[in-house]
Amino acid sequence: MTTGKFSVIGQSLPKIDAWAKVTGETRFADDLVLPRMAYAKLLRSSQAHARIKRIDTSRAQVLPGVYAVITGHDLPRVKFGILPVSQDEEALCVDKVRMVGDAVAAVAAVDEETAERATRLIEVEYEALKPLMSIQESLANPDVRIHEYGDGPNIHKAVALQFGDVESAFSGSHLVREDVFFFEGNTHLPMEQHAAVAHWGPDGKLTLWSSTQTPHYVHRLLGKILDVPQAHIRVVAAPVGGGFGGKLDPFAHEIAVCKLSQLTGRPVKIALTREEVFYVHRGRHPVLMWIKTGFTREGAITGMHFRSWLDGGAYGSYGVASTFYTGALQTVTYKIPVYKFEGARIFTNKPPCGPKRGHGTPQPRFAMECQIDKAAEQLGLDPADMRRRNLAEPFTKTANHLTVSTIGLGECIDRVVEASGWREKHGKLPAGRGIGIACSSYLTGAGTAIYWNDMPHSGVVVRADRSGLVAILCGATDIGQGSDSVLAYLVAEVLGIQPMDVRVHPADTDLTPVDLGSYSSRVTLMAGNAAIQATTRLRDRIFEAAARKLEVTPDRLAARDRRVFVTDEPEKGMTFAEAVALGESMHGVLAFPGSYAPPKRAGKYKGGGVGPSPCYSYSACVVEVTVDAETGEVKPTEIWIAHDIGRSLNPLLVEGQVEGSIYMGLGEVLMEEQVFRKGVHKAPSMLEYKSPTTLETPEIHTILVETDDPEGPFGAKEAGQGPLLPVIPAVTNAVHDAVGVRIDETPISPEKVLKALELGRQGKSPRVGPDKLPLFKFPEPRAVESAFGQPAENITERPFGT
Amino acid sequence: MKTQITLTVNGETRDLIVAVHKTLLEVLREDMGLTGTKHGCELGECGTCTVLVDGEPVLSCLALPVEIQGRDIRTVEGMADGSRLHPLQQAFAELGAAQCGYCTPGILLTAEALLEDNPTPSRDEVRVALAGNLCRCTGYTKILDAVELAALRMKGASA
Repeated sequence: MTTGKFSVIGQSLPKIDAWAKVTGETRFADDLVLPRMAYAKLLRSSQAHARIKRIDTSRAQVLPGVYAVITGHDLPRVKFGILPVSQDEEALCVDKVRMVGDAVAAVAAVDEETAERATRLIEVEYEALKPLMSIQESLANPDVRIHEYGDGPNIHKAVALQFGDVESAFSGSHLVREDVFFFEGNTHLPMEQHAAVAHWGPDGKLTLWSSTQTPHYVHRLLGKILDVPQAHIRVVAAPVGGGFGGKLDPFAHEIAVCKLSQLTGRPVKIALTREEVFYVHRGRHPVLMWIKTGFTREGAITGMHFRSWLDGGAYGSYGVASTFYTGALQTVTYKIPVYKFEGARIFTNKPPCGPKRGHGTPQPRFAMECQIDKAAEQLGLDPADMRRRNLAEPFTKTANHLTVSTIGLGECIDRVVEASGWREKHGKLPAGRGIGIACSSYLTGAGTAIYWNDMPHSGVVVRADRSGLVAILCGATDIGQGSDSVLAYLVAEVLGIQPMDVRVHPADTDLTPVDLGSYSSRVTLMAGNAAIQATTRLRDRIFEAAARKLEVTPDRLAARDRRVFVTDEPEKGMTFAEAVALGESMHGVLAFPGSYAPPKRAGKYKGGGVGPSPCYSYSACVVEVTVDAETGEVKPTEIWIAHDIGRSLNPLLVEGQVEGSIYMGLGEVLMEEQVFRKGVHKAPSMLEYKSPTTLETPEIHTILVETDDPEGPFGAKEAGQGPLLPVIPAVTNAVHDAVGVRIDETPISPEKVLKALELGRQGKSPRVGPDKLPLFKFPEPRAVESAFGQPAENITERPFGT
Repeated sequence: MKTQITLTVNGETRDLIVAVHKTLLEVLREDMGLTGTKHGCELGECGTCTVLVDGEPVLSCLALPVEIQGRDIRTVEGMADGSRLHPLQQAFAELGAAQCGYCTPGILLTAEALLEDNPTPSRDEVRVALAGNLCRCTGYTKILDAVELAALRMKGASA
């Protein structure tokens, strides 16, 4: 018999799909094979910016083995995009290409090789336009327009928000720092390349299996793009072989296979090449940042003014949200009484950027945490103590009207300081060795949907029958983070059974209630709360029936160890399956829905929908590095991270998310860069695009801090994204501690370290980073009163008590 | 041009007619239905498609079946003994070493070859052996833990 408060929650159990994954049984999208299936390839633009004058597919059409060739003229002439405000994409470009890699035609053939050969027979005549390859070029050439919409020539979005008077805060400050930082773009690099299979049946109904993180949004947009009723479309997310945000948009290849399947009457599959994945991208935006912050003598922040310029690439994607995110979450970590944010996203002729793990927040976090390190040095304060003293207050609002619930950051800082030996090390290690600290926080689910609506963000149906089986139907998508398993744990806990007894059926728009998708660290909290609601309803009915049989009142019953029994007379009871059968006899079919929508807390200003979340996770990270002054190489040697997880539903899975985040952050700070030369990707392969291997990933010590947040399922917060954020500035600050240089841009390559050391030897400031800002006039800021320090409202009552 | 070949995969010998330029990866996945072997780059960069040929890790995306006829090829489908998982598979499942699971088959086989050669590797020796297999989910930590646990269990079983 299990003991303790919970029987499943808090246990380090294997994931429910672990067995399929270690035997190779998991069927990813490219593993699906259907009878008569054709294979598709896309022809992609070789031009960064050009008008399409003519596309001739005639030679491809007659190649033996080719079933169909399509261009944009074969699709409805409707533009689409993931955000309602940026409908600027075409699956197959008709008039104009805006980046190398834009799709212009698609082929279905008997096999992949024939399809590939056919694409090479398609002739495209381009009229070259001036490619705009940087923010500066796009702003300097307003006569060359990448798109005809936006907040100005080549300006996708420009925003300005002000919460209180930052200028008067600065004038009363002991220290005011202005710093400029650049965060280079990088990409998700999931191990699985995107793949999809479409089957448009003779009944006129379409099914798409795809490696997508958001079957719901793909479902929603396919109807529009293909001009067919959404009710006739079914989207199934196959298990996703790594997402990290890279499989969150509807993509050209998904749309092309649908159309090709309709035309050929066959199922059609496509699998992207690795090179294509680098161009499909939607990864981390390159962001140039200017940050001005006032500090008191004791290191308290008096106010902050933050500016960001995002290199958006060729399309909108999630860019408007990304822009707001570069200014949204600065305020939830430390007390910032007044705050001003200006941001702009500029179109360039490069693959569009979008959400990557941390979506728009790792860049400003890098800037802010590096600046705090500089301020601490200038004020003669210990950087850990300075942060510790400035923590935001739990259950209050921030300057920009975000509601913060529990905050475990103080304990996180204490724990990493203690575990790392910070006090004996910071400023005291021998030359060439250093230690740095940084903190962060992140959303546990976006508080608003991508399109405004009043419907649930997540829905779950839980059903049980006389056999004792329990099935969970939920639209959530497991991308490796273990969301299917988390649902199984929660349902098993509530019903007193084991995860083994539960089957999870995810991400199928025909069978599962809508869940918005695997993004913004939302699934555990949102689908989890919906699952608890559904399961509680089921349990209540089962208890009602069992109670009648046992001649007690239902409130005296408990469910545990696969039994339903009287709490204070445990021998009086029955098996779970018997109780379900009684429930089915009394109530008929036992299938119950649960819904979740986050509390409505969007700030009442334009842009107030980006940033709110039911609750925020917190992390503190200490990194120790060695820096080789001869080669400039930075080597992280040991990492300590403490993460406020609210409650750890499964420590094994949480640690896995934290370790994976740390690893990904290390790649971003030390080596990864998605960069272009003459419109072409400089490193579109896994050999050239450097990412950390086992040899570059040091030992990571993960400490989980629990705060039992009232918003989360059993108190849980997110783990999948937040822990990536602090490692980047922590490494940067450690490099400074080791050799005294400030590298104010990522990645910290050996060249930059050597350059900074050389500047130091020449008696100049040992800093490498941007020093010029674009000439850019932001709009007049929308002035909103600072909500700093106001008490939190609208905190949810726990849907299911502990 | 197609040719007839005979491949021995996971102890089973099969005659196949395949295009001469098809890679082992393609033949395993497309002609033999062994989709447990995954592709990450098809250029020999990521280690995802690793299989064992005569016990040695080989990148199946760079191997031509015509050249390895008659040799003993093992894929992830051949790791378990019937329904009994290999200790590496067991440890990877228990310790959360597979997140998305896409790189997992290649890593399991590379680790199996390591433990065959060196039943008691140090953590750094495991690191070196797996340095050619990229994983974007785990940060490698749980993978290293799982290989160490499997090694310990296998040593216990053989003692």
